[in-house]
Amino acid sequence: MKRFDVIEHTADTGVVAYGADLKEAFANLAWAMSSLMADVEAVEERVCREVEVKAGDCETLAVSWLNELLFLLDVEGLLFRRFEVAELTDTGLKARCYGEKLNPRRHNLKGGIKAATYHMLRVTREDDGHSIRVIFDV
Amino acid sequence: MARWEGTLRKIDDYRWEIPASHKPGMRVPGLIYASEPMLEGIREEQAAEQVANVAFLPGIVGHSLAMPDIHWGYGFPIGGVAATRVDDGVVSPGGVGYDINCGVRLLRTNLRESEMRPRLEKLLAQFSVNIPSGLGSTGKIKVGKKEIDEILTQGARWAVKRGFGTKEDLEVCEEGGCLEGADADKVSVRAKERGLPQSGTLGSGNHFLEVQVVGEIYEPAVARGMGIDAVGQVLLLVHTGSRGLGHQVCDEYVRTLRDVMQRYQIEVPDRELACAPVKSPEGRDYLAAMACAANYAWANRQCITHWARECFMSVFGRSLRDIGLEMVYDVAHNIAKIETYEVEGRKTRLCVHRKGATRAFPAGHPDLPPRYRQTGQPVLIPGDMGRYSFLAVGAEGAIRESFGSVCHGAGRTKSRHAARKGVRDADVASELASRGILARAASRGGLAEESSAAYKDVAEVVEVCHLAGLCRKVVKAYPIGVVKG
Repeated sequence: MKRFDVIEHTADTGVVAYGADLKEAFANLAWAMSSLMADVEAVEERVCREVEVKAGDCETLAVSWLNELLFLLDVEGLLFRRFEVAELTDTGLKARCYGEKLNPRRHNLKGGIKAATYHMLRVTREDDGHSIRVIFDV
Repeated sequence: MARWEGTLRKIDDYRWEIPASHKPGMRVPGLIYASEPMLEGIREEQAAEQVANVAFLPGIVGHSLAMPDIHWGYGFPIGGVAATRVDDGVVSPGGVGYDINCGVRLLRTNLRESEMRPRLEKLLAQFSVNIPSGLGSTGKIKVGKKEIDEILTQGARWAVKRGFGTKEDLEVCEEGGCLEGADADKVSVRAKERGLPQSGTLGSGNHFLEVQVVGEIYEPAVARGMGIDAVGQVLLLVHTGSRGLGHQVCDEYVRTLRDVMQRYQIEVPDRELACAPVKSPEGRDYLAAMACAANYAWANRQCITHWARECFMSVFGRSLRDIGLEMVYDVAHNIAKIETYEVEGRKTRLCVHRKGATRAFPAGHPDLPPRYRQTGQPVLIPGDMGRYSFLAVGAEGAIRESFGSVCHGAGRTKSRHAARKGVRDADVASELASRGILARAASRGGLAEESSAAYKDVAEVVEVCHLAGLCRKVVKAYPIGVVKG
């Protein structure tokens, strides 16, 4: 199954991430963001970080999840390649993220992402799969 | 993306109105500055709908405005200007954006192109070494947890105090490089944590350092007042903002304000337009935190200026005085400011949101530094790296109709993704090199994303603002060396 698509947006970039269930869609969403910034395949699993976010609704939770990962990138230089979403409700998420410190020589870095925005934000739940659409400010 | 089919009523050759009847809830009409040929491009995306959405903001006066570099953003369009009454209007973090006080700073030199060319490659290499840029880069300044609060409240003044640049730099910086009302307690610990490692970094994306050469001078007397007097003179343009600290402040306050909107009985058509009354505790807190992020950005540009000067000195082996690398001006183009304008015949305090728009005060404005009181405020309008940039001055029209604002750049026509498709950085670099422009980027895909084909022609954008009477063109400059973040 395809993990995500890139959406064309004039000034910015967006993604639609897919998953058989919502947990998988959240994991693929984070993976999509990592892959917009670097060559994720080159990232090794040297660090595991537990991430917990809370929000008022499922859409906001998606944005908060991504922005938490951007926070870890800015503050600790961590870039993740694998995400295990352990717990997920409409208002809370707990996940284990595997990756390592950013390395310009190995990770073939692309541009950074400033933030995940609420613009055109959508979580779709259907019988044949779930998807989350997010536009980034880049 | 669907085409925008709404009404654009022609007022004159450069002004197009979206009537308030476009959709229920608009408090004022929209107004887009554009030439007729630009309209087709504007209709191709939903930016005009965003102009209409901004007109929903409580307390908005005049028009919901968009400059000719308008393009589709989130919440506000890029190139958007909205003024709301301080007394009973709102402030919206979306009207500033995630990169608070993203802005540009222009420096002039005594150098001529013929002196610069032989040392250009070395200078760009030096920039890459001396000025941290690209994803994940960290600053060279070690800032403690206490000192970060000084950056947030003092802005570029902090940097000068630390020995980065001179007092003269501050005089020719919007707000003197320090926006009043900054309260570091309104910035979360997390935002500060994000800001600590990034002080004095360029960032990535469209942030850049650009060595330019003066190509045309339209108003020699005004240009002279800015230290620019000859075709072939070398200039330096710096473009960056408030990095992760600003992004964190925006994200947190969009969430906070969205949660309180119901309490203030405010309804807006887009979540990114989350807002609160300017005078509410939440609105005031946002403005105090935004001022902190703006100051962080000014400190950032000030530090980068200092290191750029060091690079010039080492590459030329000459003194700074000799090279004459002095500031022309520094402007914010993502910011909200409290300013006073005449509204329906009465002086009114307004919260002017500029989202991808530049302040453009005309001659005689009391807030201008003495040096520019007679000429008007320098307005810096960068184009894409393959074409040219403009230096303009604010004109009376900006005070009459655009809340002292004008365009901020070329405006994108192609998404980054589309621009990158099938285009290699190396090809972009060699095409630029064939035209005498050396370009390097810290990020892969950075050059392809920023190629000329992805942008409108800034000359057309500036021409509209010039002919509409919002600013006057002073200098056109061509890039010869570019370092993208």
